[in-house]
Amino acid sequence: MKKVIVIGNGMVGYKFCEKLRAKADASQISVTVFGEEPLPAYDRVHLSEYFENKSEDKLLMAPRSWYEEQNITLKTGQLVTGIDRIGKHVTTHTGASESYDYLILATGSSAMVPPIKGVDKKGVFVYRTIEDLDQIIEYAKTVKRGAVLGGGLLGLEAAKALMDLNLDAQVIEFAPKLMPRQLDEAGSNMLKSKIEALGIEILMNKNTKEICGNGKLDRLEFTDGTTLETEMLVISCGIVSRDELAKSCNLDRGARGGFKVNDRLQTNDPDIYAIGEAVSHNDMIYGLVAPGYDMADTVVDQLIGGKTKQFTGADMSTKLKLIGVDVGSFGDALGLTEGSIPIAFEDKNAGVYKRVNLSADKKKLLGGILVGDCKDYSMLLQITQNGMAIPPNPEDLILGARGGGSVGGGIGDLPDTAQICSCENVTKGAIVSAIKDDGITDLKEIRTCTKAGTGCGACSPMVSDICTATLKSMGQTVRKTLCAHFDYTRQELYSIIKVKEVKSFNELLNAYGSGDGCETCKPAIASLLASIWNDQILKQDTIQDTNDRFLANIQKGGSYSVVPRIPGGEITPDKLIVIGQVAKKYDLYTKITGGQRIDMFGAKLNDLPKIWRELIDAGFESGHAYGKALRTVKSCVGSTWCRYGLHDSVSFAIEIESRYKGLRSPHKLKGGVSGCRRECAEAQGKDFGLIATEIGYNLYVCGNGGANPQHAKLLAGDVDEKTAIKYLDRFLMFYIRTAEPLNRTSVWLNKMEGGIDYLREVVVNDCLEIGEELEKDMQALINSYHCEWKEAVDNEDMKRKFRHFANSDEDDPSLQFVPMREMKKPAEWDEVKS
Amino acid sequence: MNQQTLSYQTVNTEDVKIWFEACTVTDFPSDGGLCINYEGLQIAIFNFSRRNVWYATQNLCPHKKQMILSRGMLGSEGEEPKVACPFHKKTFSLESGKNLNGDECDLATYPVKVENGSVYVGFA
Repeated sequence: MKKVIVIGNGMVGYKFCEKLRAKADASQISVTVFGEEPLPAYDRVHLSEYFENKSEDKLLMAPRSWYEEQNITLKTGQLVTGIDRIGKHVTTHTGASESYDYLILATGSSAMVPPIKGVDKKGVFVYRTIEDLDQIIEYAKTVKRGAVLGGGLLGLEAAKALMDLNLDAQVIEFAPKLMPRQLDEAGSNMLKSKIEALGIEILMNKNTKEICGNGKLDRLEFTDGTTLETEMLVISCGIVSRDELAKSCNLDRGARGGFKVNDRLQTNDPDIYAIGEAVSHNDMIYGLVAPGYDMADTVVDQLIGGKTKQFTGADMSTKLKLIGVDVGSFGDALGLTEGSIPIAFEDKNAGVYKRVNLSADKKKLLGGILVGDCKDYSMLLQITQNGMAIPPNPEDLILGARGGGSVGGGIGDLPDTAQICSCENVTKGAIVSAIKDDGITDLKEIRTCTKAGTGCGACSPMVSDICTATLKSMGQTVRKTLCAHFDYTRQELYSIIKVKEVKSFNELLNAYGSGDGCETCKPAIASLLASIWNDQILKQDTIQDTNDRFLANIQKGGSYSVVPRIPGGEITPDKLIVIGQVAKKYDLYTKITGGQRIDMFGAKLNDLPKIWRELIDAGFESGHAYGKALRTVKSCVGSTWCRYGLHDSVSFAIEIESRYKGLRSPHKLKGGVSGCRRECAEAQGKDFGLIATEIGYNLYVCGNGGANPQHAKLLAGDVDEKTAIKYLDRFLMFYIRTAEPLNRTSVWLNKMEGGIDYLREVVVNDCLEIGEELEKDMQALINSYHCEWKEAVDNEDMKRKFRHFANSDEDDPSLQFVPMREMKKPAEWDEVKS
Repeated sequence: MNQQTLSYQTVNTEDVKIWFEACTVTDFPSDGGLCINYEGLQIAIFNFSRRNVWYATQNLCPHKKQMILSRGMLGSEGEEPKVACPFHKKTFSLESGKNLNGDECDLATYPVKVENGSVYVGFA
């Protein structure tokens, strides 16, 4: 057994451990890691996220338990102070000593602090570790203005952090441009103007002479005689390798510091390797994480006796989002290769700058810069790295092929050697082989198995595309089965339930599934059963999602909200009064919803049947706000009142909402009817929408608001009301039959081969000859409508389900509310309660 | 609530000092749970009727500290019987109380016995 000691538990040190354990277990190589910081390795690349969530755990590369599971001895808070190369052991600041066969130096780097007068004043910080950040956050509470010294990647990140801490932030850069290694002047100017638009001031060509102030800084003086008032300074001027250990044990150092290594990453002592930012390779220090990971890979290969892999330098290409601005820089970004020919495109209107550098013979792409739009980054990087042919009009690389067609041919044209994930060094070939040879078809498993896309995540869309393209090339369609308990798609289960007349979850599970079901398949099948048989869902209450199970929407704290149906948004004064009375009696918070109804929040579980008894007695019905079901059909006031209205949109909306009320579907359904093309009902943002025209209605489908808004598409124009309803019947049933679970109509349409044209063929032209059947199915559902709440409050057994305790009639004593604007709201998550 | 969290302690069958008669079998839905109050402590009891096994855990979901698990959905992951919290679908083993998909605290579990149609939970 070999014994390996790793000095340094940063990202690269961690990655070394991970890669080593993938190849050798503890019986072959024992690993001890010394980390100087108190925490295990964390993700320094995403350090600025710490400002947002203040969670160390979220940044950790792996929890402490991971090291135990991997049989790695992790000693944090321990600084290695000496190496005895002859005796082959290391000593720590506590005097402890530990012997090694091989030593890995992953000591990383520290922030470079330029020798400016006054740099030791209070209020001056570096931006490097979580402790630095804690100090910055603390100090920022006491000041209003803060500056960052250094306009590189990290400096700009730091400026964003200061801005988020509500400081008036400035960036000071010595060079005439930002990110001088990655951007040219035009690119820098574009980035500067975009960042300044966000409120961060940028000063260039500024050489700081002195940091002034009495004890703590209050002013910076520059060599050009100007000054800047600021109360805080964060220094981000680059890195210095942590190579202190080299001196005491005579390890060679590079010209600019760092442990000097050969292509095998050995120092001048062959048993001592160095990786990451602590390394000087051909006098080059790599301050990026991807080359560090590559080095870790190389050393692992050396240790397990592979000895084939060498480190011959790394690509400095990078793509990132800086303060919300996409920036990409790849290959020879600045066009330093002799004879290179630049092509640049600048659009100050859209805030986009793109540049590519061609080789002197105009046949190859050498590199380039992207600011404001990085969607072609991956493809351009591939073309550069693989020496792929460039289009006959090379400007198409940044302008796109005019007249359609994609640049560079797409995924299929990439060679197998093309590196897709640069963080983990995964090639296209490795992904394709995982699919073809190992039979992996699931994107998540591909990520787990190849590690592609698990670093910065920039390549994820490409990994997904490669996966889809590979599966397609194998003649496979991706078959989305429900979950581990059912090896069927939702659509297949729909047919099984209908043809075999399956009425319960257990019946289906026993005959067509395995195991006991789960939180994925139970609600999906509950929805299918409801969409097909429309039985009272409380007969199988424990397969329903919690909202359906209690016919109300669970809210923070465990109380429920109540939404009675108000079809088309029309309500009488008497009914309004009832809602007010009920809300007052049960101390409910009331709010108008986006779907033109009234939501009553903060109801106790035990009160729900009492509340509904009163609402039902006043003529209300369930609004199904708790279900994946028809919610509302929103309407504008229409021709009855509006001087522009063409048709009576309210009456039509009420008719449609009443027709489809109680209809359960793969996801919630919303509709809208507008009385004229001014579209006040926002019908084009709904799953189905009708907009009045001079002679009828235009019928739109598959729109939605929410997280990914999408406009509805025109299914049929100028149809009369009867035809509109016929098409709606067919459209809704076709969606219910064929969509995947929890897909809204928009997502369903996006996945449909042939898109809206195909959908029109099915619904309007009846190309599948199922129109009549769909209408019949819909009519059966409409005929079997029942108000779930009415049945529940009329039935003593069902009513008893609405109790918090089985052995007491008390309410949940942990429910807590606090006052807010003359009403109440639930106490916050995690709020300490007695 | 913090006090509640502290007072949830897994009880093993051999340590039971009190068998508390909580409710009757007929109170329960099939493959579902109910919450009972034991001297101010909220306990979730689950009737895993597909396997004809009973389980009891704390009613508090450790993720967002909500008194809710008795309203959770039962299921299995491989052979492991589990309950999914209604709030954010965190799942916990009903056997061991272990969080199956994250780093949340595990659940305290309690022994259950059924005699003459009554459901008893064991406390130490």
